[in-house]
Amino acid sequence: MARVGVVTFPGSNCDADMRRAVQETDGLEAVALWHKEADLQGVDAVILPGGFSYGDYLRCGAMARLSPVMQAVTEFANAGGPVLGVCNGFQILCEAGLLPGALVRNRDLRFVCDRVRVVVSRTTPFTNVSDGVLTLPIAHGEGCWVADPSQLQALDDAGQLLFRYVTEDGTRGDNPNGSLRDVAGVCNAQGNVVGLMPHPERACRPALKGIDGQLFFAHLARSLA
Amino acid sequence: MSFSDDVIRAQGLTLDEYAQAVEGLGRVPTWAELGVIGAMWSEHCSYKSSRVHLARLHTTGPQVAVGPGENAGAVRIGQGLCAVFKMESHNHPSYIEPYQGAATGVGGILRDVFTMGARPIAAMNALRFGRWEHPKTRHLLNGVVAGIGGYGNCFGVPTVGGNLSFHTAYDGNCLVNAFALGIAAEDRIFLGTASGVGNPVVYVGAKTGRDGIHGATMASDVFDDATADNRPTVQVGDPFREKLLLEACLELMQEDCIVGIQDMGAAGLTSASVEMASRGGTGLVLNLDCVPARESGMTPYDFLLSESQERMLLVAKPGMEPRVAEVFAKWDLDAVVIGHVTDDSVWRCTWHGDEVCALPVGLLADDAPKYHRPCERPESLAAMQVVPDVRCSDPGADLLALLTSPDGCHRGWVWRQYDHEVGAGTVAGPGGDAAVVEVPGTDIRLAMTVDCTARHVLLEPKVGALGVIAEAARNLACVGATPLAATDCLNFGSPERTDVAWQLSESVDGLTIGCKAFDLPIISGNVSLYNASAGSAILPTPMVGAVGKLAPGVVVPRSAFPRAGMTVAVLGRPPSHGVGASLWLTHTVGRDAGTPPPVDLSAENALHAAVRALIAQEMVSTVHDVFEGGIAVALAECCMAETVGLVGTTPGSEDVAGRLFGEDHGRVIVAWEHSDDAAIRRVCGDVPVHVIGTTGGDHLALDGVVNVRVSALRVAHRNALKTFAEDVHAVSG
Repeated sequence: MARVGVVTFPGSNCDADMRRAVQETDGLEAVALWHKEADLQGVDAVILPGGFSYGDYLRCGAMARLSPVMQAVTEFANAGGPVLGVCNGFQILCEAGLLPGALVRNRDLRFVCDRVRVVVSRTTPFTNVSDGVLTLPIAHGEGCWVADPSQLQALDDAGQLLFRYVTEDGTRGDNPNGSLRDVAGVCNAQGNVVGLMPHPERACRPALKGIDGQLFFAHLARSLA
Repeated sequence: MSFSDDVIRAQGLTLDEYAQAVEGLGRVPTWAELGVIGAMWSEHCSYKSSRVHLARLHTTGPQVAVGPGENAGAVRIGQGLCAVFKMESHNHPSYIEPYQGAATGVGGILRDVFTMGARPIAAMNALRFGRWEHPKTRHLLNGVVAGIGGYGNCFGVPTVGGNLSFHTAYDGNCLVNAFALGIAAEDRIFLGTASGVGNPVVYVGAKTGRDGIHGATMASDVFDDATADNRPTVQVGDPFREKLLLEACLELMQEDCIVGIQDMGAAGLTSASVEMASRGGTGLVLNLDCVPARESGMTPYDFLLSESQERMLLVAKPGMEPRVAEVFAKWDLDAVVIGHVTDDSVWRCTWHGDEVCALPVGLLADDAPKYHRPCERPESLAAMQVVPDVRCSDPGADLLALLTSPDGCHRGWVWRQYDHEVGAGTVAGPGGDAAVVEVPGTDIRLAMTVDCTARHVLLEPKVGALGVIAEAARNLACVGATPLAATDCLNFGSPERTDVAWQLSESVDGLTIGCKAFDLPIISGNVSLYNASAGSAILPTPMVGAVGKLAPGVVVPRSAFPRAGMTVAVLGRPPSHGVGASLWLTHTVGRDAGTPPPVDLSAENALHAAVRALIAQEMVSTVHDVFEGGIAVALAECCMAETVGLVGTTPGSEDVAGRLFGEDHGRVIVAWEHSDDAAIRRVCGDVPVHVIGTTGGDHLALDGVVNVRVSALRVAHRNALKTFAEDVHAVSG
């Protein structure tokens, strides 16, 4: 059984949902990690869940990245450990410098809760390039991903623009927040650190009208097996 | 020391009330005491004009675990669990400062729920604004919606439903009613009581500032031109701190530390402590020097009447103070002992060693003034109830007009700004007849809806209010749920007006008839009076939040047609009421007219039972209530979601407007693919089944008089609110 740490920051509000999604995946066991602890308890992967850490009163993720647990997460990621950040977790990973770019207010300056389609460009511990078009929920006010124009093409060429918003048939971009190149999520150069705005943990049961989120956890279980 | 008449009135007290206080006290109050009496005797805190009516509400039933009077009500849902819920108004603050007013309304109702030991799993809201042409409406709509989203999204509760309506009667006084529901084990419900002489009184949460002072008295006053100057009486919300407070409280509640706990809401520390002592039959001593202060120079008056948010008062078990402080420290929150419980039924406060307040608890609570205001049916109502002679010459154009009108257009612009899926338990979110959420860790699913067609209430309050309950119960049935209990927010104008007092009284009677008939006891709620500006009252708006439970394993039907080839029928009697009180009539003649449709209790109950049976047996895959806008609007809504056409014939008389746009109760649209008519009719028994037609094609065509392209309807319907709210046609200067 692979152990997956789910970090709770003050203001995390998708941590319980994330632990449940992990726990309900064959081969995975969820471990609750607390932001004040620098000890990852020997977990095999780390997930930073969504929410509003420290209220997002400064820049999203800017406070959380300074917490003791993030020191350990950074070392874990640099050593090649699989790390996933969802929504606020993605913002924290960008603030921590573990992922490229930054997340700013949505194009229309409004929070958006909806269903989106994304395509995956690369195989990572959490994704497979053959996943096709995934339908996932989004819920964010600051999900507009931006990056230095000089880096953007290199990131694209390296396959680091991991998720892109697309139309239902996957043929065209369909962007809910104004992110550059319709980016919904990115990974680091090695591919072991992944961040995205959509919420896989909210699409893991048929009762919730979506099961595409299960793929993230199934891929992780396989990669850790 | 004595107070001038102006000073007394500025505390929200009449001179008679002041005399009553002096007599009850046997002396002249201190300055701080005067402020405390003014707040506790305000309409908002004392319900002095509504208590005589509230006593008539139906509030009991075997399913009720905690009825009205606590922070929230609780109803049993099985497996030893309760749904703890309440709805509350935050109307006046939202009009003055829409973002913070609405945000703190959400914060307050969430605290009411988790104070009871219940983790919130769903929120809803009901909003009323002025007409679109009014210069403040766009600003208020944007601010309120952003404030609700800003608070609920950050806190982490899914906002799963609500309703929104516009009317010129709300031009100068919007309504923001917030609902929250949480889950607690019945044997772990915490009440707001102070007992155990000597037990410590602990202040937890945010520090106290000067914000919101006089909020309770402001909420009990009518608006005038100087209202904008009341901005300092509006509180500022901190959803992040509230999230910490939630986690700290629920963690502490796992242990055996707490005697009682109460949210500091309206009238802050004063109201929380007095209510706890009143319920416990005890007294309290509070040392105001110990209250954590956000700023220096605050006086006892400030500490007692501040409405700073995200604060709680709890009475701990003896010796548990260190453990309370430890749990709150884990969540970076203050927990400070500020007093203890006494046995003399006197509420005392000390400051710098002096006793600044010593008031009998009874004087502040049970002995507050109580009024039976004179009620009179307004003479003007009879003329309003006459239906003007108007014809419906182009039903297709009227349908499009209704679907793009303020009250008929799509609400997606609103709910896209609310996180309706956090918690990963939302089975049916906004946009259907009722929302459905899972109860975490169980197979229980709860349905919930908020409803009030104030136009109907205006035109005959008792009938209209009964209709509110019928509609709420029908919405629950449409997702397969059986009613459990309800909460209400009674929004009215000044009770000192005989016509408004009559509206309130009649509405309570209508609600009571409905609550008994549909087994929806009212377990919590609030009253918001003095909703008026420049002498004109709002529409009488008895908002109701109703909660039901789904049978295990039931598949929740959709409220729209998923595809072509489905047989569509309407269940219930053909409409016979005409267009009285309908949205169509208001839209056509520019004023509310006619009488509201009556409710046939037995026919309505039979319909709900039939709908639940069809859903339970999975004989229908689409279910949608028929109400505002009539059957034409209901069918159009079913068609637009997935852009599916329908050709059909609706039941009813030759009167085209009444048939298509009349708002008779007791009707539900269903659609099926694989069932047969005879089987459907067998399940429905005495409930009439009228087959309308079959889905397919690009058009909605009804009765040979409506023929509109569904995709065109859909685009117009979906864009209307966004276009208005974002003012996309305005030229920026």
